[in-house]
Amino acid sequence: MLLGKKSFRWLLVLGGLAALVLGLSACGAREEAGAADRPELVVYSSRIEQLIKPIFDDFTAATGIPVRYVTDADGPLLARLKAEGDNSPADVLITVDAGNLWQAAQLDVLEPIQSAVLDKNIPPALRDAEGRWFGFSIRARTIVYSTDRVDPAELSTYAALADEKWSGRLCLRTAKKVYNQSLVATMMVARGEAETEKVVRGWVNNLSVAPFANDVKVVEAIAAGQCDVGLVNTYYLARMLQENPDLPVGLFWANQQGEGADGRGVHLNISGAGITRASRHKAEAQQLLEWLSGAEAQFDFASLNQEFPVNDLAKPSPLIQQWGEFKGDDIPISEAGRLQGDAIRLMDRAGYR
Amino acid sequence: MAELARAEPLSRFSALPTGRWALRAGGILAVLAVLAPVLVVVFSWSSSETEVWQHLIATQLGTLLGNTLTLMVGVALLVSVIGVSLAWFVVMYEFPGRRAFEWLLMLPMAVPAYVMAFVILGVFDFGGPLQSWLRDAVGPQWGRFDVRSDFTVILVFSLVQYPYVYMLARSAFLSQSSDTIEAARVLGCSSRQAFFRVALPMARPAIIAGVSLAVMETLADFGTVAVFNYDTFTTAIYKAWFGFFNLQAAAQLASILLLFVALMLYGERRTRGQRRFVQGARLQHRHRVAPSAKSAWLLSGFCALVLSAAFVLPLVQLLNWTWRQGAAQINSRFVDLVQHSLLLAGMAALLTVVLALVLAFNRRLPGKRSFFAAAQLGYALPGSVLAVGIMLSFTFLDNRLLIPLQNALGVYPRPLLMGGILSLVAAYCIRFLAVASGPVESSLERIRPSLPEAAQTLGTRPRQLLNRIFLPMLRPGLLTALVLVFVDVMKEMPATLLLRPYGWDTLSVRIFELTSEGQWQLAALPALSLIAVGLAPVVISIRRSR
Repeated sequence: MLLGKKSFRWLLVLGGLAALVLGLSACGAREEAGAADRPELVVYSSRIEQLIKPIFDDFTAATGIPVRYVTDADGPLLARLKAEGDNSPADVLITVDAGNLWQAAQLDVLEPIQSAVLDKNIPPALRDAEGRWFGFSIRARTIVYSTDRVDPAELSTYAALADEKWSGRLCLRTAKKVYNQSLVATMMVARGEAETEKVVRGWVNNLSVAPFANDVKVVEAIAAGQCDVGLVNTYYLARMLQENPDLPVGLFWANQQGEGADGRGVHLNISGAGITRASRHKAEAQQLLEWLSGAEAQFDFASLNQEFPVNDLAKPSPLIQQWGEFKGDDIPISEAGRLQGDAIRLMDRAGYR
Repeated sequence: MAELARAEPLSRFSALPTGRWALRAGGILAVLAVLAPVLVVVFSWSSSETEVWQHLIATQLGTLLGNTLTLMVGVALLVSVIGVSLAWFVVMYEFPGRRAFEWLLMLPMAVPAYVMAFVILGVFDFGGPLQSWLRDAVGPQWGRFDVRSDFTVILVFSLVQYPYVYMLARSAFLSQSSDTIEAARVLGCSSRQAFFRVALPMARPAIIAGVSLAVMETLADFGTVAVFNYDTFTTAIYKAWFGFFNLQAAAQLASILLLFVALMLYGERRTRGQRRFVQGARLQHRHRVAPSAKSAWLLSGFCALVLSAAFVLPLVQLLNWTWRQGAAQINSRFVDLVQHSLLLAGMAALLTVVLALVLAFNRRLPGKRSFFAAAQLGYALPGSVLAVGIMLSFTFLDNRLLIPLQNALGVYPRPLLMGGILSLVAAYCIRFLAVASGPVESSLERIRPSLPEAAQTLGTRPRQLLNRIFLPMLRPGLLTALVLVFVDVMKEMPATLLLRPYGWDTLSVRIFELTSEGQWQLAALPALSLIAVGLAPVVISIRRSR
């Protein structure tokens, strides 16, 4: 016998009551928060808590404005923002990848803003022309190689990895990840669709093993000898080198030499933010974004995830400075968003999973 | 043979614990609540998304369907074999460690499938400890295989989902009157024949209920297949939605998945036909067969093998990772996560079981039974799709109904449904009603209608009927349902992420945050806590129901 008859019934009744009370108290708490006289920012973020909380704490210490946040994957966050419409409690959306920022602008959930501070601190290629979203950190997606089995002199461009020389030696992350979709989308701008499809088919032919679920697995596979070269975002490698400095995996800046597409520079992507249309605290939200683009906050925001700051006045973390200077692709980052669907279709046709 | 059990045509109750109309109204309301988000998804057909469809058909659909079918059939077979055989062994035979195995074998239920997936990959991957050791110790040509195959994915699902079948089959075998089996033996059946010709057919509804839970969960899964980069129908739904940002096409794909599951459930009901088995009168302790020493150890070995693969292995690996990461993560925030997980799971479990009970009684009333069966569909939708369906229904009510109402009343308008904890608990109820229905239904199934009828003739009032007849007899079933839903809510991820109010982060939210960036080792501690906290109710309920 687990429970007496009576107590079992009471448990049910109590449970029901508890559910009701909690439901109502949650509403009560929101009423307090909704009071317009005490500004408080609500952030929807697809950057995880560890990467945003320290920054928000600093902002609150500096301005007295409290910041609350909800984290989720990009897609669901956007869907939530869109569904809530004008009644959304969100003031700021923080998300990664230009594709997602572009989608947010398409869905019309972001407010265009004019800010001299943001225009000064953030290069034009890394923000929306209408001021709906702004990049706040740069991630470069480039070539990594086994220091045991590859001479960096053999490496040149993303497209060259389609060469037969790399047959059975290439590892890739799945085409389902937006990072790869953006890489292929910008390649479509530089090389045209037909040429890009040929390159992607070449990659697929060269795979030593089915695509991995994420970048960490790609680096691990290269270290373990499952393959020799791969494509990853720099911060994954930085993070892994931090844990294990002896990791036999090196980084190569792609597309630095040559004419046209070959010399377009490393593919850059961003994490970025914008102010929501529904925001009732637009002035404070703009204050947060401007503060985030300042040199000091920029260093913290980028370094927390071993990324590159967008503001030239901020230096990247010492760990990633070791890879030296590089030329970044200056294609407007919004192109990656515009062509995302086409890039996915292209990769599907090429059999890149 | 099975007809030995007293079969009654549809065990409908004329004696009910509450008024018939109140019951009916409650049931209809519950079904509508479940169907609202499902219908949001189904009504997506209002626009045609031919372009996405053509693209999918041209490139991937064949593979996706093939993979999905492989997975379904594989998981259904494997969970039935593992679950039913284990249940039969612990109920029928005496062997070393049987008493411990009886409840230990339920524990893998607390391991989320996505956690199992990253553990298996972490251990058996090319760069993992096992293959690295093979290359070092045996020779570089060894340990060079890619573990990510159809079979591995099927195995991962089966290891964490066989407990559904095991639990339901075990209680079915236990509640079968031993008279039936003994009668079969007296009439000349071997114990094997007795199993296949008597016990199995009688336990069939329970087994099917368990298997369909496992299959539905597999169909709806995204996290696990994502770890293996294994493309299923759910993958296509995600691609349409997050790749092409075409919610319409995603919802259309999801409704095809639903149709598929609905057909499956309907087909199962049709083949089960009108057979019902009612509890025999005498339930005495059965005589366990004592096999030869060798066979007894074989049985122990089999139980131990399943247990180590499904529970010991993930536990050890997670402990190992947690150990290496240190205890720096344990702080007051972490305590919050645990509390939130427990609170949400507790509330949702109670509510869901009450709803399941109302529905179960409703299906005992004359009329459309299949209408109430539809309430199970919430479980078959991928979590994100269901969550979005719920979100769309709630925001619709908020924006169209509640906010204008508040404006009219002169209150400061704000959304009431979205962003409160109520929406999250409602989502859990909608999603896990199917899980609670299985055990509740099958325990109600076994109460013979003559019992409450007799009580009624003796002048029992409806309220007393509930307290003195139904609840005591249903208690084991209700308890199983509570535990199943509790553990499932703890593990649930997509709806929790999408619908939680600020500050209501749970353990599964934290696991998502860490694994989304590939930091499995860091996710080990929350995963371990999730398993530990999820186990508590399982263990308590088992130990006390002895």
